[in-house]
Amino acid sequence: MAPALVWLTALMVVPCVLVLALAFFRRGIYGGIDYTFTLENFGLVFDPLYAGIFLNSARIAGTATLIAVVIGYAAAYAISAAPRRWQPVFLFFAVLPFWSNYLIRTYAWIVLLNREGLITQLLRWFGYTGEPPSMLYTEGAVIAGLVYNYLPFVILACYAPLSRLNPELAEASRDLGASAATTFRRVILPLTVPGIAAGAVFVFVLSIGNFVTPALLGGGRFQMIGNLVYDQFLTANDWPFGAALAMALIAIMLLVLMAQALAADRATGRTAEARGQADG
Amino acid sequence: MTATSPRRRALKVSSIALGLALALSAPAGAADLVISNWDGYMAPDAMAAFKAATGVSGEVVVHATNEEIMGKLIAAGGKGYDVVFVSSPFAEVLNKLGLTEPMDHAKIPNLANLYPEATKLPHDVGNNFSVPYTWGTTGLCYRSDLVKVAPTSWSDLLAPSDALKGKTTMLATDRWLLAAGQLDKGFSVNETDPAKMAEVKNLLISAKKTLLAYDDTTFYSKLVSGEALMVQAWDGWCNYGISEKPEIKYVIPKEGSDLWVDTMVVMKASEHKDDAFKFINFMLDAKNHAWAAQNIDYKVPNKPAMESLPADFLVKFPNMAMPVADLVKFEQLRDVGEAQRDYSKIVSEIKAAQ
Repeated sequence: MAPALVWLTALMVVPCVLVLALAFFRRGIYGGIDYTFTLENFGLVFDPLYAGIFLNSARIAGTATLIAVVIGYAAAYAISAAPRRWQPVFLFFAVLPFWSNYLIRTYAWIVLLNREGLITQLLRWFGYTGEPPSMLYTEGAVIAGLVYNYLPFVILACYAPLSRLNPELAEASRDLGASAATTFRRVILPLTVPGIAAGAVFVFVLSIGNFVTPALLGGGRFQMIGNLVYDQFLTANDWPFGAALAMALIAIMLLVLMAQALAADRATGRTAEARGQADG
Repeated sequence: MTATSPRRRALKVSSIALGLALALSAPAGAADLVISNWDGYMAPDAMAAFKAATGVSGEVVVHATNEEIMGKLIAAGGKGYDVVFVSSPFAEVLNKLGLTEPMDHAKIPNLANLYPEATKLPHDVGNNFSVPYTWGTTGLCYRSDLVKVAPTSWSDLLAPSDALKGKTTMLATDRWLLAAGQLDKGFSVNETDPAKMAEVKNLLISAKKTLLAYDDTTFYSKLVSGEALMVQAWDGWCNYGISEKPEIKYVIPKEGSDLWVDTMVVMKASEHKDDAFKFINFMLDAKNHAWAAQNIDYKVPNKPAMESLPADFLVKFPNMAMPVADLVKFEQLRDVGEAQRDYSKIVSEIKAAQ
């Protein structure tokens, strides 16, 4: 326990406190830090401009999360329904993209979506002659990049509860006259909520703070909080404001994690209750 | 005043991921002299040649952007570096922060190679704390074979014809992005008046709707591939495009350009100041400085070096032949102090605009 605490304190708590402390000072006239106490930076986070960027990032991350969960859950369901000995193989393929670098995977999307990219070439091959479609540097491209990069997290997170699901529960439900859809909605889905919540949190938290994907696939035309924090630290040289923004981002992530813990708690509670009733 | 050269490009991309970590890390310094420069911005064998000439060994560390090296220098009080390559507004800031060592002209005889104009640049008249290394303009780089009417004005980029919509890019770096709007409106590139800056902001937000992307790392390759037809570009970068596709042309709009200057400064915290001056003197040697002009395709403020360039090189890259008197007519970007915060906010507003 003790070494873990030291580790956590040195590598997580101390840096976070240092960043937090920065947020209470001002940017010096020539960059750097002017050590006069101020709350201005936190006020600025709620400026309509920056609050708007937060909301927009949450919207983009939320959309990516929704899509990733639908696709990821379906994939995990299919894998858990496959013959046992094939399941590790399918899981292996699901996480295979992780073996290459995030940047390379993102560049691959540029190759695909680019005006004269693979998709356009494919369309032309099928006889399309019009103006090439604009796919790259759109919000759709950013969302596609986020979904693609974080999908394996959802698959793994959903696969765990799905594979542990007792098949007798579904059987019992069917015996009691429930349709397949009802069984899924009232038995399988509630039992796998913790997996869905965990996967969704992964995608949302990683997406909302992401700055590489909006920069590369959005062509810099879509500003997310990650880009804003990056700009404050590395372009505007305004570390205090960047720190305040980073803290706000951490606060949002903590809220999301708490919501996930709550969802998982309620779900396991329900399971325990269900078991209790079954035993009784 | 470039963010990166072609070889510097790859580095910049990884810097997106590593930038924050790098900005906070301390510099290394085992060799006698530590130089920080952009990747590929000096001859690969420069340090070996320097050692052969002076007996002083040195190490080159690279930075991807001005902002990255500024973060390191400010955080460490300039410790760990002897000579740093930065663009002029950043050199100015380092000087205002008291981090630069005054240039000891007696130890840099090759200063005599500089064009007289290069010794009177407004950011540092008399080269008191900085020595210019490269200089140039920011203008429009376009595909002369695909653009029907050759551009002449910043408006050709900011309010493009229908044929160009979705096929233009602007620099992502804040000062140059704003400069395009400031020049178009006839303002100074250092304008800080809020009413005028609001006009610039509105103009750039309307221009955003017609842009393919903000790009300061791959814009010339977008021109080569035809994905973009007209881009805001630093002249040296446009030259990279021209060398791959001769149909690419560079033009300075009639409203003008900024005069960007990349400089060398010696850090006050340096423990090897004499060697640092030796290094600057070495870089100002006509032969060494000509290497930069011919290999990174940027103009250098070194008279004998520029005069040594082969004629066909100047024909291939017409902007290299631009008379110095014309170049220095343009206004330099200067540090804007407190107004930098307003600049950053305006850029965020532009980039967040839907």
